[in-house]
Amino acid sequence: MQSIADALGLAAKLVLSGDPDLFEIVLLSLQVSLTATVIACLVGFPVGALVAISRFRGRNAVLIVMNALMGLPPVVVGLLVYLHLSRSGPLGFLGLLYTPTAMIIAQIILIAPIIAALSQQVIEDLHSEYSEQFRSLCLTRVQTVQALLWDARYSLLTVGLAGFGRAVAEVGAVIIVGGNIDHLTRVMTTAIALETSKGDLALALALGIVLLVIALGVNAAVHSVRMTAARQAYV
Amino acid sequence: MSDAMAMTTASDAVDAQKMPILPLAVRDLVLRFGDVTVLDGLCLDLGASGCTVVMGPNGSGKSLLLKLLHGLMQPTAGQILWDRHGAADVTARQALVFQKPVLLRRSVAANVDFVLKVRGKDRARRNALLDHVGLAHKADQPARLLSGGEAQRLALARALATDPEVMFLDEPTASLDPASVLAIEQIVSEARDSGVRIIFVTHDMGQARRMADDVVFLHRGCVAEHSPASKFFPEPRCDAARDYLNGRIVV
Repeated sequence: MQSIADALGLAAKLVLSGDPDLFEIVLLSLQVSLTATVIACLVGFPVGALVAISRFRGRNAVLIVMNALMGLPPVVVGLLVYLHLSRSGPLGFLGLLYTPTAMIIAQIILIAPIIAALSQQVIEDLHSEYSEQFRSLCLTRVQTVQALLWDARYSLLTVGLAGFGRAVAEVGAVIIVGGNIDHLTRVMTTAIALETSKGDLALALALGIVLLVIALGVNAAVHSVRMTAARQAYV
Repeated sequence: MSDAMAMTTASDAVDAQKMPILPLAVRDLVLRFGDVTVLDGLCLDLGASGCTVVMGPNGSGKSLLLKLLHGLMQPTAGQILWDRHGAADVTARQALVFQKPVLLRRSVAANVDFVLKVRGKDRARRNALLDHVGLAHKADQPARLLSGGEAQRLALARALATDPEVMFLDEPTASLDPASVLAIEQIVSEARDSGVRIIFVTHDMGQARRMADDVVFLHRGCVAEHSPASKFFPEPRCDAARDYLNGRIVV
């Protein structure tokens, strides 16, 4: 077994040399997780906003379910998506199993509740501030949701980031529905799991470093946008 | 429905929109929160023009009365009859300026644009509105970085953007400096002169004297006195108003 220092050295060499296999995996990871995050945001933001501004019978039950879904176990999501997309499943005819699309679907199911629940909390706080003004202006429900989503945009950026973080770091669901197929569905997390089990710590560590750098970079970018917005009192 | 009937109904609807919503008659208005009665059988008649100043000690129900008249709250009992027989959908024909202005997390210009857009008004009026309230030079600045006086003037610009027939103002100059107070009073006076019915809550005696055509004095959830300003200030009829004007504690 390699020492950690050797593995780190090899990992650095892989990253710096622009190893094509490494970057193929990184690019696919970003492609899958960013697509899932964007789609989950498109669904989760309006759902969260709608629940935030609505008062209806059973609202508390909806909130409990939304919050509970934030803790969905990835392997269970993977299993459910697998059952639906497998050849004998109801959506088997689509032939999506072991494709990046299947991985995107699994990640959407995993992070959409997180995005909806967190955005509901953000929007509810903002709505309590704007509510009387909006009622005075006779805004429709759609206008209210649009205005709240726009004014909460910088806070929602952090919500989206939380979703992306969960998606890009997730391994259980994508390994079940993606299959970790080389050059097709191998992403950073599944590759790390595989290379570690094979004892190839250099590639696993290199991918780990890239994953950490991405997480750090995205967080830094969002933090800087929020700081700029805060200076203008837009947060 | 025949075409002729449909046209008549449509034209009636348009006419109803054009009908003035004033005068206002409030009958036996009651507002309760659990065991606490805030308004207790309040009756009030307001004419079609001018500036009515609503005064009274804290807790007398002034702000809640404005919200009820504006349709933001529902009374426990009683009637609010716009146009004396209850015109519907009056909220859209009124504007309310809050004591603490609620400004959107956008630029000054975008705050006005938002109101013009949602109320289907001409977006080209934005610069004229900002100019009118003296904020044209701050159009691109973040609204929430405005000073208290500027923020309230922006709130007034947004209210005026809706072309209201009635404008409610809930202590709009509380904790503002004298220059800001005068600037706001001037904007409100101009609105009144252009035909907007003003209903103004204030604790500032000087402001009430400057602005009021008539004064409604609330005490213990009822209208204790409603008089023309020229009579209210020199000769208040009720004891509570007299004590209030003389700076004595009114409970």
